[in-house]
Amino acid sequence: MITKSLTELSTSLKAGDFSSVELTQFYLDRIAKYDGELNSFITVTEEQALAGAKAADEQIAAGTAGALTGIPMAHKDLFCTDGVRTSCASKMLGNFIAPYNATVVEKLNAAGMPMLGKTNMDEFAMGSSNENSYYGAVKNPWDLERVPGGSSGGSAVAVAARLAPVATGTDTGGSIRQPASLTGITGIKPTYGRVSRFGMIAYASSLDQGGIFGTSASDCAMVLETMSGFDPKDSTSVERDVPNMSASLNDSIKGLKIGLPKEFFGEGLDSSVAEVVNDAIEEYKKLGAEIVEISLPNTHLAIPSYYVIAPAEASSNLSRFDGVRYGYRCEAPVDLTDMYMRSRGEGFGTEVKRRIMTGTYALSAGYYDAYYLKAQKIRRLISDDFKKAFEKVDVIMGPVAPETAFKLGEKTDDPISMYLADIYTLSLNLAGLTGMSVPAGFSKNNKMPVGLQIIGNYFEEAKLLNVAHQYQQVTDWHKQAPSAYTGGE
Amino acid sequence: MEWETVIGLEIHAQLSTNSKLFSGSSTEYGQEPNTQANIVDLAMPGVLPVLNTEAVRMAAMFGLAIGAPIGRGNVFARKNYFYPDLPQGYQISQFDKPIVELGHMDITLENGETKRIGVTRAHLEQDAGKSLHEDFAGMTGIDLNRSGTPLLEIVSEPDMSSAKEAVAYMKKIHELVQYLGINDGNLAEGSFRCDANVSVRPKGQKELGTRAELKNINSFKFVERAINIEIERQIDIIEDGGAVVQETRLYDPDKNETRSMRSKEEANDYRYFPCPDLLPIEITDEFLTAVKAILPELPAAKFERFMNEYDLSDYDAGVLTASRETADYFESVAKACGEPKLTANWVTGELSSHLNNDSLEITDSPVNAEMLTGLIKRIADKTISGKIAKEVFQALWAGEGSKDESAADKVIESKGLKQITDSGAIEALIDEIMANNEGQVEQYRSGKEKVFGFFVGQVMKASQGKANPAQVNELLKKKLS
Repeated sequence: MITKSLTELSTSLKAGDFSSVELTQFYLDRIAKYDGELNSFITVTEEQALAGAKAADEQIAAGTAGALTGIPMAHKDLFCTDGVRTSCASKMLGNFIAPYNATVVEKLNAAGMPMLGKTNMDEFAMGSSNENSYYGAVKNPWDLERVPGGSSGGSAVAVAARLAPVATGTDTGGSIRQPASLTGITGIKPTYGRVSRFGMIAYASSLDQGGIFGTSASDCAMVLETMSGFDPKDSTSVERDVPNMSASLNDSIKGLKIGLPKEFFGEGLDSSVAEVVNDAIEEYKKLGAEIVEISLPNTHLAIPSYYVIAPAEASSNLSRFDGVRYGYRCEAPVDLTDMYMRSRGEGFGTEVKRRIMTGTYALSAGYYDAYYLKAQKIRRLISDDFKKAFEKVDVIMGPVAPETAFKLGEKTDDPISMYLADIYTLSLNLAGLTGMSVPAGFSKNNKMPVGLQIIGNYFEEAKLLNVAHQYQQVTDWHKQAPSAYTGGE
Repeated sequence: MEWETVIGLEIHAQLSTNSKLFSGSSTEYGQEPNTQANIVDLAMPGVLPVLNTEAVRMAAMFGLAIGAPIGRGNVFARKNYFYPDLPQGYQISQFDKPIVELGHMDITLENGETKRIGVTRAHLEQDAGKSLHEDFAGMTGIDLNRSGTPLLEIVSEPDMSSAKEAVAYMKKIHELVQYLGINDGNLAEGSFRCDANVSVRPKGQKELGTRAELKNINSFKFVERAINIEIERQIDIIEDGGAVVQETRLYDPDKNETRSMRSKEEANDYRYFPCPDLLPIEITDEFLTAVKAILPELPAAKFERFMNEYDLSDYDAGVLTASRETADYFESVAKACGEPKLTANWVTGELSSHLNNDSLEITDSPVNAEMLTGLIKRIADKTISGKIAKEVFQALWAGEGSKDESAADKVIESKGLKQITDSGAIEALIDEIMANNEGQVEQYRSGKEKVFGFFVGQVMKASQGKANPAQVNELLKKKLS
């Protein structure tokens, strides 16, 4: 069952090999069996999942089912789900039952996908290791002593351990690509504006973008084309037709121009990661691609720029969590200031508070020009770098992260070294481009998975998925799963 | 020492849109608390603002009306501060790129001169909710019905030098926004309110004195009082050797004093930055052309036109253009009856005193424009005299007749008020009165022309006011001579 693609699952459901209720129960059982130690889910919504599956079975029986009908999935716990706790992995929202569905959730519900539950993450999507969760760290299924990456670590692990066929994630600075890379699955972050942000709890509004994790590019394509599209409720979503992303998967990539930015292969890149990435590029050459060396000269400015813009926006976005209308409120406040200070002081975790403070500082009178405005200028330079590059190449490739999954606790006391984990992923969010991580092998040092990053021009998700799918036709890295959770099946 | 006052106003005009600036909730006033606040107004996690383009259109109308450039690519910014009735923890406003840039408004001073007041800018922003401190012992209630209602904040240059000028300016803006149909003008409900920045300096000094900001004043009377009392306070401080502190002050109408709310040191750092949830508003030429097309005639232009087209005095033109409704009423009657002067007299006289007495707006007048048209036509064609007309008007006001142009005719008919223009009939009355008052006839003929008035009065009385006065005059003169 767990080796089937979404297309195969859909075919089986329609053929009556098994029902959606059986399939959904199968995954619920796996979650019950394995998630105790992985901790990839914050909330398992068994009742809703089975109700959704039953409805899907009725649609299948009535012949009105679509391609995804009956296939269960999971949502990152920052997508609002009507009537279900949506915590953002924060104590602040530990009691928050969302009164509405995010547009993404609404679309996937409408497609007939039962929701298995809400996945763990770094609190308010702030983190690169999934250790910043009020609900505890998520473990990497390839090695329980290692992190799965973040912030969408729960979704990545749920898919990697085959506890869900697909799961949504969000990517503000690498939060889909980096955990996908560290857990050996496929994940795509679409172009900014491709997927509605309505109902996605905002971290950094100008960078946040919803996306999807799956075990293959073709699975991601099926879900992404359903999630995408203009949403009148999100003014930053783009009015642009969504192509059939599955239809172009098998297009030939002969003559494809792949740009390799020299800044992505310099100092700081682990040699065992570089080796895997280089092997993948060799594979592309065999597929007829042409390699072009390029430069993204402002890459080194991505981290400082991101760590001004994202916290600045976050400091404002998180102001609504004040203990007044919903969420955590401290015990027995003596006055308004006390209520604000203790509710927020007790409700937010360390990393969230750190970023709120950083962002508040960056926006303060007297510092705004030096930090926020300058960061925005750098952002434009970074976008220009990519623009120039895409005049010469079709896609850009490189590593997703400088190293493989690190040990739990290894970087928790050193935020700067943690921030460096996103060095290859951040610049693309600043530019608003689409990017993905594709499993490309394992580090010879620690046997942990390594992802290949593919970066595409604006709204070229279909092209990226096509490029990834062609690779997955000639390799089987994406089919490899952590045996502790998949061995017997 | 002689002192000079410098005043600038920030007016908050609530735009008359049906829904809020960034959500679909109704903006209707006076509803049950929190019944007009949806998930966006409550700032639920994950919600996003969507701009109400109607508010943009209204702001653009205002900009065009004050001769200002309409900001191209103007940007919404977040003004960050914590308050329980501010659910987002920030107000979406405009900072360095407002929709309306520098314009102006002319006011008339007491000496009849015109003064031009600069309007620095006008920008769109969300209103906050309301904190209710009564009714909840030891706690505060929050009503978010008003949260997110669109406001146009209109900021003037510090061009006013007295409380009277400030009020004149505020009234002009008040008149304009209602003319444009973008604000309901209701000060009592807070739809139109004002902050005043007041400072004083020795006459002739160039640099400005330290200013105090008087917050949230919601009547013309209070604005004048608050500014005057604040000027006095500041002069007193300086003359006593002290210094005015830059601060926000609140006017207390009951005690007629201003008192400190917070000083500059306590002022918030609002950490403005462009709102990442909204794109810059694109104002296209097509959009501006469309707004221009629906722009009503503005008060100043209408004033000029009324004087030229209807030959009205500047006083009458001023009264008749003070509100768009009055101007529309006048113009519809004047056009229909072809008697603009007479219409002006009736609208500024009889009609407006009746409206005042009954505290009615012209739009609620029991005598509508058609009814007044019918009445004025009968005065013009001499069916009734001006005096009888007042009697007819009174009847119409009381609901007699019908609601159309024939109303006056019906009243004239049923009350038998038609003017007597038959010379024979009038002569008969004159003859009778002369016969009964031989003494007065003698007096007149011996040169006491004053008694002429007595005869006019007697004839009018005998005719129950219906005799045509001009004819009475003419015939009396003939018979008495």
